[in-house]
Amino acid sequence: MTMEMSQPLRVTFGEVVSEMADDDPRIVVLDGDLGSSTRADIFENAHPDRMFQMGIAEQNMLGVAAGMATLDLVPFVSTFACFAVARALDSVRVLIAQPNLSVKIMGGYAGLLAGMTGKTHLMFDDVSIMRAMPNMTVVAPADDIEARQVFHAILDKDGPAYVRLTRQGATRIFDDDYRFDLSHAVVLREGGDVTLITSGVQSTRVLAAAEILAGQGIDAHVLHVSTIKPLDVAAVVNAAEHTGFVITIEEHTIIGGLGGAVAETLAEHSPTPMRFHGIMDIYGESGPDDALLEKYRLSAGQVAAVVTEHLEARP
Amino acid sequence: MTTGQDVDLIERPDVTELKELARRARVAIVRAIVHAQGGHLGGPLSATDMLTALYWRILNIRPQEPRWPDRDRFVLSKGHSSIALYAVLSLRGYFPVEELKTFDAINSRLQGHPDMTALPGIDMSSGSLGLGFSGAVGIAMGAKATGAGFTTYAMVGDGECNEGIVWEGAHVADRYRLDNLVVVLDHNKLQQFGWRGENAHDRIPPYTGSQLADRWNAFGWRVIEVDGHDMGAFLAVMESSDVQDADGPVAVVAHTVKGKGVSYMENVFQWHAKVPTEEELTIALTELGEPPTDPSGGDGA
Repeated sequence: MTMEMSQPLRVTFGEVVSEMADDDPRIVVLDGDLGSSTRADIFENAHPDRMFQMGIAEQNMLGVAAGMATLDLVPFVSTFACFAVARALDSVRVLIAQPNLSVKIMGGYAGLLAGMTGKTHLMFDDVSIMRAMPNMTVVAPADDIEARQVFHAILDKDGPAYVRLTRQGATRIFDDDYRFDLSHAVVLREGGDVTLITSGVQSTRVLAAAEILAGQGIDAHVLHVSTIKPLDVAAVVNAAEHTGFVITIEEHTIIGGLGGAVAETLAEHSPTPMRFHGIMDIYGESGPDDALLEKYRLSAGQVAAVVTEHLEARP
Repeated sequence: MTTGQDVDLIERPDVTELKELARRARVAIVRAIVHAQGGHLGGPLSATDMLTALYWRILNIRPQEPRWPDRDRFVLSKGHSSIALYAVLSLRGYFPVEELKTFDAINSRLQGHPDMTALPGIDMSSGSLGLGFSGAVGIAMGAKATGAGFTTYAMVGDGECNEGIVWEGAHVADRYRLDNLVVVLDHNKLQQFGWRGENAHDRIPPYTGSQLADRWNAFGWRVIEVDGHDMGAFLAVMESSDVQDADGPVAVVAHTVKGKGVSYMENVFQWHAKVPTEEELTIALTELGEPPTDPSGGDGA
């Protein structure tokens, strides 16, 4: 594990989609007047004629993207996750997911750390909603090295995709040799005491928590699930059976997201005692990232404490 | 005028022939609803004349090649009027008229609301109101981006204009000066239920005191008003340079009558979605110039 910092995934989005568009004339970007935040501005500078400013009107933006996709364009739609998923949900469902059109939805500022915005903008039920829709691929990359490959992978896969993008960078966990593919989850750490299944940038904090736990004599097995849908069932089952006790940890509500997906899978394939950690069925608030991670118990130190509590309470 | 069975095969029917085609479409619509024992009638009947004109005279299409890349696109944004589109598509040769009997049936291509994954000839799925229009704006923008020369037409309902997304799309279409986008607004002045007037049967038109044409005009669209049941007048507008050589998006506000063609349905909001009884069917078919010989058997569709 390196200790380098990942660039913010929003920046990776701007850079990589611009690069891909150099070689792929199908790519266009639609922005909901947030380009300077979501870093769609990087794309606009690279390809001004293929950047479409749709104004502050997300329902229509997603509908327009669907119309463009019928002409074999591949629109990357960029806005905050709360607007792409919550506000524009009907457009996503009826015009993109149901017709299985290749619209790539960039959920910026997904999760708890949305730049001091508060509960209106904190979107941590996006995975639950998006993965419930047939045809939708749902991906939450951990760092810039993985995200870079995620953009290529969803471009290569026909149909709609939703990608969680973060505002800030975090510790980079992959190196240049890492090879992402959409159908496989990745074991980040081998361990025999407890299985921690995590996703997105939260994986970086869970990996750090595993090191804290190791110092306490607890050897955690860590599975990083970047593609939440379709889920790598074999990897989840193997990780669960490796220790016989699973805790899912996500920067997302505990209802219906990664935890829900893992629970559905294990219930059917390998029933395993399980605990859920994430946003505990409440709304968030504004605040500095570090303070939010502490209060909502998603920092490395808090995750280590939560894991310890669950292990101690385990019957 | 050609009055035989082959009127639908005429390449460029005149106004009289178009009226005959629209009459046949109405007969097919009413029969399909009775056969399915469900579906909408008022809106489809207000849209029938315009759909007929569009599919035989305005749209550059190849019915035998529904996915021809250079075709004009048509989006029925008021998707609940799907049976009118299906009737016209079948008469135009997209699929057998016989298939109208499968409307709303299980495994049918003729879904309650148009499904682009089910039926070739549907350029955009629609049904959740306002969304089809939004998709049409995207098709028109995409055509500009790819250098395609076709025109995108969308039929929007007046009740549908309650939806905010319509105005989001209208704003963007003006912002990009989409001269390849034409809205046909089916302004039949009634919705499913709407606003109460003096009494329960007296409904207030949705845009009374807030004119719909003025709204589109205020959003930067060129607005042309026409009688949506006057085949000659509608054709003249649609073929005019005002529409065909526009320098931005055009909204043809077509004044129509909900339930047009069947006297007891006209302007009666309860016929938004209602199945005629056998007696009502007999009256409807008779008024549409096709009295059933045996309304109780075999003639239901």
